[in-house]
Amino acid sequence: MTPEDDRDSRDTAFEAAELERRLAATWATPPGLVGALSTVDHKIIGRRYITTAFVFLALGGLLSLLMRLQLAQPEARFIGPDRYNQIFTVHGTNMMFLFAVPVMQAMAIYLVPLMVGTRNIAFPRLNAFSYWIYLAGGLLLWIAFAIDTGPDVGWFAYVPLAGPQYAAGKRTDIWAQMITFTEVSALAVAVEIVVTVFKQRAPGMSLDRIPLFVWSMLVTSFLVILAMPAIMIASTSLILDRLVGTHFFNPAEGGDVLLWQHLFWFFGHPEVYIIFLPAVGMVSTIVATFTRSPVFGYLGMVMALVATGVLAFGLWVHHMFVAGLPRLGESFFTASSMAIAVPAGLQIFCWLATMWAGKPIFKTPFLFVLGFIVIFVIGGMTGVMVASVPFDTQVHDTYFVVAHFHYVLVGGAVFPLLGAIYYWFPKLTGRMMNETTGRWVFGLIFTGFNLTFFPMHILGLRGMPRRIYTYQPEMPWSGLNMFISLSAIILAAGFLLFFIDAIRSARAGATASANPWGATTLEWATTSPPPAYNFAKLPLVDSLEPIHDDALLPAAIGLRVDRRELLITSVVEAAPEARESSSGDSIWPLWAALATTVALIWSIFSPWAVVWGSIPIAIALIGWFWPKGVPEDDS
Amino acid sequence: MPILMVALASGCSGNQSALDPNGAPAVHIEHLILAIVIICTAIWVLVMVVLAVAVLRRRPGSAEKPTSEKRLTTMVSAAVVATALIIAGFTIASFYTTRNIGVPEDAAPTVTVRGQQWWWQVFYASSGSTPGFQTANEIHIPVGKDVHLKLESSDVIHSFWVPSLAGKQDLVPGRSNDLLLRAEKPGVYRGQCAEFCGLQHSHMAIMVVAEPPADYERWAAAQSGNAATSADPDARAGQAIFLAKPCAACHTVRGTSASGTTGPDLTHIGSRQTIVAGLMETTRGSLAAWIADPQTLKPGNNMPIVPLTSAELQNISAYMESLK
Repeated sequence: MTPEDDRDSRDTAFEAAELERRLAATWATPPGLVGALSTVDHKIIGRRYITTAFVFLALGGLLSLLMRLQLAQPEARFIGPDRYNQIFTVHGTNMMFLFAVPVMQAMAIYLVPLMVGTRNIAFPRLNAFSYWIYLAGGLLLWIAFAIDTGPDVGWFAYVPLAGPQYAAGKRTDIWAQMITFTEVSALAVAVEIVVTVFKQRAPGMSLDRIPLFVWSMLVTSFLVILAMPAIMIASTSLILDRLVGTHFFNPAEGGDVLLWQHLFWFFGHPEVYIIFLPAVGMVSTIVATFTRSPVFGYLGMVMALVATGVLAFGLWVHHMFVAGLPRLGESFFTASSMAIAVPAGLQIFCWLATMWAGKPIFKTPFLFVLGFIVIFVIGGMTGVMVASVPFDTQVHDTYFVVAHFHYVLVGGAVFPLLGAIYYWFPKLTGRMMNETTGRWVFGLIFTGFNLTFFPMHILGLRGMPRRIYTYQPEMPWSGLNMFISLSAIILAAGFLLFFIDAIRSARAGATASANPWGATTLEWATTSPPPAYNFAKLPLVDSLEPIHDDALLPAAIGLRVDRRELLITSVVEAAPEARESSSGDSIWPLWAALATTVALIWSIFSPWAVVWGSIPIAIALIGWFWPKGVPEDDS
Repeated sequence: MPILMVALASGCSGNQSALDPNGAPAVHIEHLILAIVIICTAIWVLVMVVLAVAVLRRRPGSAEKPTSEKRLTTMVSAAVVATALIIAGFTIASFYTTRNIGVPEDAAPTVTVRGQQWWWQVFYASSGSTPGFQTANEIHIPVGKDVHLKLESSDVIHSFWVPSLAGKQDLVPGRSNDLLLRAEKPGVYRGQCAEFCGLQHSHMAIMVVAEPPADYERWAAAQSGNAATSADPDARAGQAIFLAKPCAACHTVRGTSASGTTGPDLTHIGSRQTIVAGLMETTRGSLAAWIADPQTLKPGNNMPIVPLTSAELQNISAYMESLK
């Protein structure tokens, strides 16, 4: 077909109502079970991802309550050592791999295409595949735990404790293979985000007009792409050691146990920033909206995100300060670990400046941002403390570190995330969450969190190591432990109320308008929730705050409406370059995910799974990539 | 059961706290900890005050000019520079502290500690007229002297941590690490494994007994000798049972035919303050409770239940207690 031939099917040919009707027919997910399993709509998949991640948050939270029950008293016998070790391993693994990273990526899957003004995420079928793989990895871990074969070697699975000699059975293999599942899904989403941000931005959204949340997800995605291969090598080597008797980590045969730690933390430290940077983007978004003022120092904020991303790869050794590495090398990592306080500080100062200059509106999302600053500054400072080698030799692997990383991860990531849920809930569901309940949720979680985790700093300094299932009565720790366990009830009550509010609001909350907060980014330029095609006419952007400045010019730009089509724009200026078809719904990503799941789980038991298991995967991929009969795609 | 309860209720006391240092390395570190914590607390309070003022301050009326962009830029830049200077200070301070607590390169190790699931095997090198010897879960050191520890592991990674005397250091299989211990005052300093090492990571404590040099020399001389022979008939009977039962397959009692190496050396177990890696004080009752049912007190540990009559149990406990 020549361009003239399809003129009748372009968006320029229709009135608004007819355009919306035709776009809906092209983009909508068909009803029914097959439709639900085949959908590639980033909003449906994003909502699924977010919901699933919060289910894992609730399950992981229940595990932490079990630990607090056991630790409330010395030599308690509610939970034996074997089960306790599974509980803290699954808690950590679940929170890092099944909640924190996926939930941040899930928010991006939903929000980034809307914020950059496109109709679907790049590689939508890969997106569907990534969700199914993530779900399968989560089920693997939790089913294993339910039948008492949960991993029990800690979430960083140090060898040789996790090696074939000391971790018999399949528990550790399940852990390592669950890592593979989450690696694959996280890498898939990271690639989608990078391409969406680079090539699918609305016309005119040049690099300096990208919203800060999108910037943070872009940097995060690069961190995922660069960090995940390290853990992939690590977990695969571990499985090889365990399954076919290689000796990567066996010192008796020339292997090295510290190699595992280097590989793990080369991934594991950037992992922290993979969780934290999206939260930074959320904070910037919320601060801008609720102070009625753009974030101060946009360029500085972007540079800080990039600097944090780069530095994140230069400080993994601070997890190994007591492993016996040369002292001079350790001092270098002290300096690099401390240096990351500079970009972190810069961001805090910019938010403070924004609040100073703006007019704060104390709604629930903003309260969570304030809570974030109070808590995260403490977490950042204890981070500076553990970056110091001598300091770290006293607090490493103690409750001080447990307190530190909960201050960083809960304060630094979960608080912004909860704020973000209150903030974007109307866009996700079309309904508002309850403001009064939100204040209670914030109050309970803020109070409960600090009462639960602050005393752990003291416990650590007073000699309590982490990962102990009990302690002896003569140790002076029982009073604080009981206090912590009681405080955890307040924290749990806050989360329970949050879940109740979310479920109730999703069903019967007040209906939300397109832009209930008066925000300025593009996701608020369409209805709440957005239609399947996101924008009837693509927005043209000529400002950092397109809605606020009335700089939003929705325009019909000649995309076809009888098949799924996106606008591809240039990386720097976001100048229109081409029309590109976007994949239709397909059941094949689900089959491919199932085939991959079978192969990965089978390979825990036999190396031949890699050979025979690849056949169904190949069949599923052939179905997935079968030519669609569209001229451009075929050429 | 009553024995068990008594055994659990007693146990050792002793200090295990980074905030209660009694040796030069731990004191240096505590000073660093206090300095950093105080400075950080001050900064946190400052940030909180700025935050409170920023969100709560009365907004200027429309007549007044809002805070200028330029002024905000100056403030933010100053804060970033201050942050950089402070962390540079912390980095230098921790570098100097590291130099102060390091092991001198020429120091020969006097004690080798090997971590095992879930106890500490200890080797003393020979010194002067005292030959080298082996013990477990308890280290004696002379007050006021640097003691150079060599740290090794025979199975998984453990971490040696006696916070009142020094920071921790891992025991890594296939490697050998060094640590400097020093106590300024006599006393019993408790430590415990700090790197998760499996089922009984929670019950892997070690006692460091610091005593005046003369007492230390006496202790070392006594430890290097063979096991005492007791006149107590119960203990004598216990020794016969010990040697006849599987006990001797895993444990060594120097001076007898018992020479197993899997479990702790028991030659002078009666002289140690605690048994089972710090789980209980050494008494005849706690010894009996442990030998009768090691899997209830420390589930998953490598000591099996050896079926014994109650008379045999009493005799063996008496024998163990007599091994001063």
